[in-house]
Amino acid sequence: MTKESIQPLKFTIGPVQYYWTKQQMQLFYKEAAASKADVVYLGETVCAKRRELKFSDYMDIAMMLREAGKEVVLSTMTLLESPSELRELRRYCDNGEFMIEANDVGAISMLQEQQLSFAVGAAVSVYNHVALRQLLQLGMKRWIMPVELSRDWLSNILHQPLIADVRDCFEVEVFALGHLPLAWSGRCFTARSENRSKDQCELCCLKYPKGRLANSQDGKKMFVLNGIQTQSGDRYNLLNDLPSMHGLVDLVRISPEPEHTFYWLDQFQQEKRAALPQGDCNGYWHQLAGLNQIEVE
Amino acid sequence: MELLCPAGSVAALKAAIENGADAVYVGLRNETNARNFAGLNLDDLKLAEAAAYVHKAGKKLHVAINTFAHPDTWQLWQHAVDQAVHAGADALIIADMAVLAYAAERYPETELHLSVQASATNLAAIEFYRQYNIKRVVLPRVLSIQQVRALARSTDIDLEVFAFGSLCIMAEGRCYLSSYLTGQSPNTFGACSPASFVRWEETTDGRLESRLNGMLIDCFEKHETAGYPTLCKGRFDVDGERYHTLEEPTSLNTLSLLPELYKEGVKSLKIEGRQRSPSYVASLTRVWRQAIDSLLTDPTAFEVQPAWDKLLASISEGSHTTLGAYHRAWK
Repeated sequence: MTKESIQPLKFTIGPVQYYWTKQQMQLFYKEAAASKADVVYLGETVCAKRRELKFSDYMDIAMMLREAGKEVVLSTMTLLESPSELRELRRYCDNGEFMIEANDVGAISMLQEQQLSFAVGAAVSVYNHVALRQLLQLGMKRWIMPVELSRDWLSNILHQPLIADVRDCFEVEVFALGHLPLAWSGRCFTARSENRSKDQCELCCLKYPKGRLANSQDGKKMFVLNGIQTQSGDRYNLLNDLPSMHGLVDLVRISPEPEHTFYWLDQFQQEKRAALPQGDCNGYWHQLAGLNQIEVE
Repeated sequence: MELLCPAGSVAALKAAIENGADAVYVGLRNETNARNFAGLNLDDLKLAEAAAYVHKAGKKLHVAINTFAHPDTWQLWQHAVDQAVHAGADALIIADMAVLAYAAERYPETELHLSVQASATNLAAIEFYRQYNIKRVVLPRVLSIQQVRALARSTDIDLEVFAFGSLCIMAEGRCYLSSYLTGQSPNTFGACSPASFVRWEETTDGRLESRLNGMLIDCFEKHETAGYPTLCKGRFDVDGERYHTLEEPTSLNTLSLLPELYKEGVKSLKIEGRQRSPSYVASLTRVWRQAIDSLLTDPTAFEVQPAWDKLLASISEGSHTTLGAYHRAWK
């Protein structure tokens, strides 16, 4: 295997999970262009009603990032429910320029039909080597592992003969910093938090650029409400786990937050190990409850 | 229109058949199914007994193999498919594309149903799974009735919908809330908010706290009925407001939607609850049998009988029911 220990890790900026204004998005991607990130993902993955940026705006940003030397991937919606959402998805798949991150098998179906290669997002249920091999045959070039899987589980999959044989045909990416996307619902929890129904949401997610925190009754962080998405209350942070990724993982994802995204990108790129801030977690990587914080030797 | 009832034991299966189920679904006694609870589900012998009983009554047996296979124990999922087919299952309910491919290739004659855990919420996703020769799709509980209707009108694949029972409000098979709190994933272990992590504690002022792996899910006053700490049914604080942040403890009940579902050609009505007792299965099967018979007699004259609703509410979580995502306003 040629992958072992030779390739340096690449760092990616994941799609913005929150609903930010157009101006905030444009500022963010200017910073991304100037950063040392290798890959930038962009596109709406949570709610089809979030239209501060339209398809053409995303394409403009994508071109700008490409000119700045970034690899660009277009991320697509996770929970696709209506024919209009599928039509919008089709526009992304037909973009003709950039690879797609498929966050639902519906996107895989469209891309497979057009014989386009794709990245498989973390919300697609791939838990074993057999499924991974099938996706590879359909055109997968990159796999973003489900957030709840551990290093051991990943290693186990990658060392199965069925995968070890083809390991250099695809890349593996791990969600490594940010609030974990944990669930998607038909219901909008941000609208509910304002006593509104989803149909009358008035795009209230714009008011919460980092979502709304839900605490337990004894004051512990439980979840972050982000529209129809529920995130981890704690921030996932695998900074100190980078050494255990070398030779196993190809790309490390930093998920955009309203603040300090590029600070953390730097910390990760320089592998600056430090005690994790209180309220950060890394349990999943260690095959524990996600919210655990484990000190790494 | 098929009435498909749950059974976690042979006794519950018999209760379902005796009270009018057209088909019953069961799981094996391990992590290959999404109701992997202690003391529940069927082993090899019981599965054969179940198949014989159901077939003698002229009804059908579906076997749920609807979790995602671990790379190390992939054989367990293959074996579950073998077991179910050899026992005489009429259909397998599968979520993992690996397991689907295995079943489709090994047993091309066996009917495959796409589990709700595969989260096929749209036409393109259904098209994706067609390559595994599925005959039916169990629709996720995140769709509105309008969305169900749109799907029904655009695909010729058989559709099964959830009609009654505990309500998953997240897209199934893609929810990691439980593993975030407990480390055990419903997707791979087959249980959400597992009982082994549940603790009840009485506070000094007489209130009852429910915890999941130490995290406080809810706290009940003396006059309140305490519910199981399923984490998405807890009360949390958002900017000083305490409420059921994600969902109230409630059950799905679609009796009032029956004419619409029938009109759209939905093939099967699924009742949730393999973890429930035989008497629970018996009473709700009786109600749904009456309702479907009444519908089929004259779809235009169908009316929900108050007695049906009353009985269903009495056996529901929190003693009340909802239309869930089928009704747009719920969203």
